[in-house]
Parts: sequence; C-alpha cells; structure tokens
Amino acid sequence: MLERLNEEKVFKDPVHRYIHVRYRLIWDLIGTKEFQRLRRVRQLGTTYLTFHGAEHSRFSHSLGVYEIVRRINEIFSQYEGWDEKNRLLSMCAALLHDVGHGPFSHSFEKVFNLDHEDFTRMVILGDTEINKVLRRVSDDFPLQVADVIAKTHDNKLVVSLISSQIDADRMDYLLRDAYFTGVSYGQFDIERILRVMRPGDDQIVIKQSGMHAVEDYIMSRYQMYWQIYFHPVTRSAEVILSKILHRAKVLFEQGYHFQHDPIHFYSLFKENISLEDFLKLDDSVVMFYFQIWQEEQDHILSDLCERFMNRRLFKYIEFNPMQQMNAWRELHDSFHEAGIDPDYYLVVDSSSDLPYDFYRPGEEEERLPIHLLKPGGDLRELSRESDVVEAISGKKRTDHKLYFPADFILEGNTDATRRIKSLLQID
Amino acid sequence: MLEDHAKVIAVLKEAGEVIGRKKLQKIIYICKKLQFPFNEKYQFHFYGPYSEELTLRVEELCNLGLVTEVKESKGNYYQYKYAVTEEGNEFLGHYDFELPDLRQCISEINSQSSRFLELVSTILFFDRLTKEEVVEKVHTIKRKQNYSEDEIEQAYAFMEKLGC
Repeated sequence: MLERLNEEKVFKDPVHRYIHVRYRLIWDLIGTKEFQRLRRVRQLGTTYLTFHGAEHSRFSHSLGVYEIVRRINEIFSQYEGWDEKNRLLSMCAALLHDVGHGPFSHSFEKVFNLDHEDFTRMVILGDTEINKVLRRVSDDFPLQVADVIAKTHDNKLVVSLISSQIDADRMDYLLRDAYFTGVSYGQFDIERILRVMRPGDDQIVIKQSGMHAVEDYIMSRYQMYWQIYFHPVTRSAEVILSKILHRAKVLFEQGYHFQHDPIHFYSLFKENISLEDFLKLDDSVVMFYFQIWQEEQDHILSDLCERFMNRRLFKYIEFNPMQQMNAWRELHDSFHEAGIDPDYYLVVDSSSDLPYDFYRPGEEEERLPIHLLKPGGDLRELSRESDVVEAISGKKRTDHKLYFPADFILEGNTDATRRIKSLLQID
Repeated sequence: MLEDHAKVIAVLKEAGEVIGRKKLQKIIYICKKLQFPFNEKYQFHFYGPYSEELTLRVEELCNLGLVTEVKESKGNYYQYKYAVTEEGNEFLGHYDFELPDLRQCISEINSQSSRFLELVSTILFFDRLTKEEVVEKVHTIKRKQNYSEDEIEQAYAFMEKLGC
C-alpha cells in the first residue's frame, strides 16, 4: 500500500529541524502544482505589516503539520488497532488540510462569500494533480482524505489528530508563528505533549502526568491570540484590505472602467469562482493589483491601496458600542459632511470578526474539550484538573475597536472635522 | 455597525429564552439554512455544525450587557441559559431590519430538544447528498448518538414543515 522511497528525503525546517518524507505518495503530493501554490500564500496574511518576520507560507506550515502527525504515528504504531490505513490517511490529511486556502483568505472569504473548506474539497476531489496522486491508493481515498479534513469522517480519532482542541495544526502554527514573528511567548514542549498523547475512543487524550505541558500549550494559545493574531495594527491592515476588496467589487457592479482589466477578480466579483480561477490566485497576484490600483481614477480605491502598500494604516481607539452608540451616529454623519465616506473610512472591528478558538471547556456536547487520562482509566476535562487553565478559560476575551484615517481628519479644518476630532479625542 | 450582533439578539428576543449553548448554535445554523441572513461561519464538529464566530459574538453580547448568560451546574457539566436584557431590547431598537417569518420558525425550533436539533442540523449540513447517503452518514458519524430511523424521519418532516 505504501511504497517507500529508495532513500528518505528531508526538508530543513526551522521549527522541527527536519521534515522526514519516507513515502512516495507524500513526496509526490508535495510536488503537485496545487501544493506548490501554497509557497505563494502567506500563513499569517497581513501580520507581516506588524511583525516583519511573518513572511512564512502555508507551504511550510503544511509540511510542519505533516511532520507532527508523522511523529504521532510513530508513537501510535505501538498501539493495537492503529493500522497502516490510519497512518496513511492521517498523514495525507495533515499535509493537505490547508490546500484550499487562498491569499489573505480571511478577508477574501468575508467579502466574496467563499469558504476555504469548499476549495480544499474541490482540490482533493476535482480534476487536479493532487486527486490523481491520491487515487493511486484507491478510488475512494481522495474522498476519505477530504472527509477527515472536513471532520465528517467516521474515524474520529484520525480527525482529532488534524482538528481538535489539541491537534497537529494548532501545535505547528503556534510554534511556527512564534518563531517567524520573533516573539518569545508561544513556546511549549511539543516533545513532551507528543509523548503523553494516547489514542482514546473518539479523540486523542493526554496522560494526567502531561498536564503541565498542556497548560503551557493553552497559555501559548492565549498569549499568541492577544499578541499576534489579534494585534490592533494587523487588524488595521485587515480592515483596509477588506475595504479595498469591497470597493473594487462595488466599482465593478457599477460598471466602472478599470485602467487595467482585473481579470483575476471577475469571477470573485460575480461570486461564481471556479477551481481553475481560484488556483490562479496567490499573494503576488493580489499585491500586483493593489500596486496598480494605486493609480486608479477612483480616489477611494487608489487611496486604500496606497495605504495598504505603504503601510499608512488607520488609527484606532477603544470603542464601547453600548456607551458610544450616539457618538457613532454623530461620527457617521460628520464623516459624510467632511466628504470622508464612512462606509470605507469608519469601521468598528470586533473580536468576533476574527474568531479564534480559545480553549473553552463549554457545556456538555457543545464541542469536545481536552480530556486527561487518569491513572485508573477515567477521563477528566482539563480545566477541572488545572487551576491555570480554569483561570484562563474564565477571562474576558472580547473587545471592539474603531478604525479611522487620522491623517484625513487632522488635515481638515472644517466644522465637521473639528467635530470628528472632538468625538474621537484626537488632535 | 454590529448588524450581525443585532440579528443574534433578534433571535433570542423571539425565542424568549434559549437553554443551552448547543441549542443556540443549532438554532442559528438552521435559520441560516432557511436563508435568513446570518453571516456566522459554521464548520462540522463532533456534535454537528458549530460556529466559533457565533460563540465569540454571544460572548461579546454578554460582555456588553445586551444578553444575559446564566450558568447552571448539572452535576458533571454546566448548562447556560440566554435571554435579552432591557439594554439589548433598546439596542435592537437602533436597527430597522425586518425578519418577518423568523418568529414562527424560532419558536418551532426552540421547542425541540438539542439532541433532535443536532440531528436536523447534521442532515442540513449534508444537503448536497441524497437522502439515502445522508441517512448512512448520520448512522456512521453519529454512531454514538444512535439515532433511530423514526427520529430521522421526524427530522425530515420537521425540516419540511420549516420549509428547508
């Protein structure tokens, strides 16, 4: 079933040191054009504008997730019932789990009503090189891999390696994102966690003695969220990116004549993008358009692109929608009066706009929590055993910020801009 | 601003009270499948379609004082009850969107058990498959829930009644 390569191949990797490839199938999947495209999609989207090191790609993350699952497989091979079928399925699913991600996928998905999970499925099941390689195993193997990634496969244990509250995906991106952003938090002892993982009925469980290593992992998730993923400057870049896409779409719908035909965007604007069109998109293509749109006649599109390309981002203030509802309305009207379109230049961004799954024990059957395996064989939910996790789980995790172009407002000297300065308390 | 938050408040207002996070998740999912304009992104999880975005949105509504969350211990686990506060009703007054057919649907959905709603939302998640394939899927990926043929038929009848 699994043809081995004559010699093991390795990729040098800054997080795991080496990524080991022993099977022809994995090697050939990495070589497909759909997988190679991931080299041209940044893992962290706009974060590079805040942390300049964050230029790593979904390609390196995907290899990292594969490597972690490969190592888990080595450990699990000693357990009865963990067979070659599980090994193959889990390694392929790990490698391909992000293959449907496009450039800046969070904003693209929101604005153009897309879902990367749909594209992952299409890449695996459609007329692609990846599909051809997977079909060498069996005709139904691509469907099995797609089902594991979509979490709809009946083997819940294999699914949990790729997607659960403590899975290979999260373990790789936390370590990788910490490494490339250059932050010192975000570290945890992955070797230890892999050693204390055990195959449970429906998911991975963690030996009670490994609880402290898991506490570090939960703490890392918490820290990385506030310090990296939800950094207010990154959110500012994301707000502008999203408004660029909105503006381009609105202009297209209004029959605006672009100086350069945005051919890569047409099917996105019409919301009928094919797999073929989707696979042509990557960060470089999008950045090309942002570059040339700086010279468009439409002053909103050109200004937003100029801001994104040259990092002239929006400023922000903390915003309480309850207490400042009236101020919001006044601001909205004043922006109009000042000739600054509030649809593009006055944005409330909430934590739920960029959802990140904090560890939550939740209620029964909300979603599966992390379970600790007690010496007698009983399972206990992590926060019931760990004071550290319980403390973090109860923390307030929401906020709202108001983003605006401070330069436009500070330059203005009208009644409207003075009112805006006063409402935003900037001068 | 915060239109998506307001829509969640509107659902809770129509429901009066929703008992259980799982139930709230499934109510919004079913409403979304009924073409009500909810934007929360759902993925399939162990207990059926689940939206992290919705979880966080509800947490925001609670932190803003627009929705109350009452946590009750049920022995081995906790259960949460949600209702709209006076401030939440006032907040809703700032929005003029109309969801005219929502009231009847919400009331129908909210009166069902969360186990049943897990089944309904799972069937809806696989709406691209034939009924035969869906039934097989339910039996394989929901093996532990052990749904009977009768329950599955009831779920289909319920969906038809809702207009799914």
